[in-house]
Amino acid sequence: MYSEKVMDHFMNPRNVGEIENADGIGEVGNAKCGDIMKMYLKIENDVIVDAKFKTFGCGAAVATSSISTELIIGKTVDEALKITNKAVAEALDGLPPAKMHCSNLAEEAIRAAIQDYRSKNGMSQKESSEKEDYITCCKRCEDINHDID
Amino acid sequence: MDRKTIYFDHAATTPVSSEVLEKMLPYLKGNFGNPSSIYFLGRESKKAIEEAREKVANAIGANPREIFFTGSGTEADNWAIKGVAYSNRNKGNHIITTSIEHHAVLHACRYLESDGFEVTYLPVDENGLVSPEDVLKEIKPGTILISVMFANNEIGTIQPIKEIGKIAKDRGIIFHTDAVQAVGSVPIDVNDLNVDLLSMSAHKLYGPKGVGALYIRKGVKISSFIHGGAQERGRRASTENVAGIVGLGEAIKIATENMEENNKKLMSLRDRTIEEVLEKIPYTRLNGDRYKRLPGNVNFSFEFIEGESLLLMLDMKGIAASSGSACTSGSLDPSHVLLAIGLPHEIAHGSLRITFGKDNTHEDIDALMDVLPEIVGRLREMSPLYEKVKRGNQYV
Repeated sequence: MYSEKVMDHFMNPRNVGEIENADGIGEVGNAKCGDIMKMYLKIENDVIVDAKFKTFGCGAAVATSSISTELIIGKTVDEALKITNKAVAEALDGLPPAKMHCSNLAEEAIRAAIQDYRSKNGMSQKESSEKEDYITCCKRCEDINHDID
Repeated sequence: MDRKTIYFDHAATTPVSSEVLEKMLPYLKGNFGNPSSIYFLGRESKKAIEEAREKVANAIGANPREIFFTGSGTEADNWAIKGVAYSNRNKGNHIITTSIEHHAVLHACRYLESDGFEVTYLPVDENGLVSPEDVLKEIKPGTILISVMFANNEIGTIQPIKEIGKIAKDRGIIFHTDAVQAVGSVPIDVNDLNVDLLSMSAHKLYGPKGVGALYIRKGVKISSFIHGGAQERGRRASTENVAGIVGLGEAIKIATENMEENNKKLMSLRDRTIEEVLEKIPYTRLNGDRYKRLPGNVNFSFEFIEGESLLLMLDMKGIAASSGSACTSGSLDPSHVLLAIGLPHEIAHGSLRITFGKDNTHEDIDALMDVLPEIVGRLREMSPLYEKVKRGNQYV
């Protein structure tokens, strides 16, 4: 069900870990829904020079975290903000439909980390939508049931 | 299986055993007659079905006339629940079941609720056990059916069926049990247990997929579920799945005959796995009752990690198992069974079910134990929840 690229990023995730004294940290998702992503950024002169992550979640959640760090390292903060969930999914050669919300999570994690960086540095930015994102995720959860045979 | 797989998912399905397949093959090729036909080929098929019926009846202490073949365990559950509900509506509209039933029962009950029936979903304790006292408390004048699964498919907990059967019998209420996971693993005598309806499935006990059976005690009022020809004495129309029925009969016979020996082996695999996993992997809990559980079932929750990731990594090592995590089948909620035993979502997402079968060996467990602690450790190192706990914070 997963592309080879997803499996590669899941089995050999890039940039797992934490950054000490990170310039921006973003945590999104909700353990209730089964995924949390925490993104650490090192930013110099508005350029993301390093990114690391920790993720609790499924294969797609780990793979989207991993590819996101690859996508944003070397980019300016403004460029990183332009990365969409679609771009994240495409970089992985696609995700199964039920897993598309994982790519949202990656996009949100990047945004949350950048917002943290900006607010720490006194740069104004409109309020994050992090709270709403929790709700979006859980609303989806309520509609679907799961069990094993 | 092409690549080498260690198969630990026998509660999901089992391979057809060679003895069973051998019995089935003639009815797929040479003896293809329609059992309703009067010529020789038809009579041969009919005879095969009646022999299978007898084997199924013998396995659960029933009369062959009380066994009706169906297309699956799910169909047997649907028939039992809807059939009893609709034909006893004049007596009442209340049904008692449990919160940990298979969806074949739960969703049939939900459907009946949408059609005006009232359903009570009994809670279970932290091990997944239903209390007979709770059943008793919920009975009211309009209660027409009690349905409690024999053994749970996820956590393996075996229910006090005999006690509940007595409560139902004393009050004249029809009692159904979904025994799909129990048949062949637990001794069953429908008269001793006071069960009125019992669902079975072939593919859980080395028989083929697509065939099941419903035991209906003589005298129980139940409407037909599939209308058409006169097969199964007019109660379940459809040209019979002859080979499948033959397979079910043989599979259930073998499973019952070898039960004791087989269980001894399964329990030794189960108990060793429980012991070693709990000893070697911290922050782990066993889900389901330690003793009142199916001989081949283990179910763990590993804190801070998510089940699908775990399954994928095990799969890369050639090990096939299941999880009650949301992500394992494209849905986003963890298993209703794990939530019903009181696990928080976070911990329910990190479950692993291993169900052993007759071909598993202690070497298979060696192979599992070679990789499982490392995989759990690797996923934990990646987990922000574990990071929180290491720093001394709460995460649930």
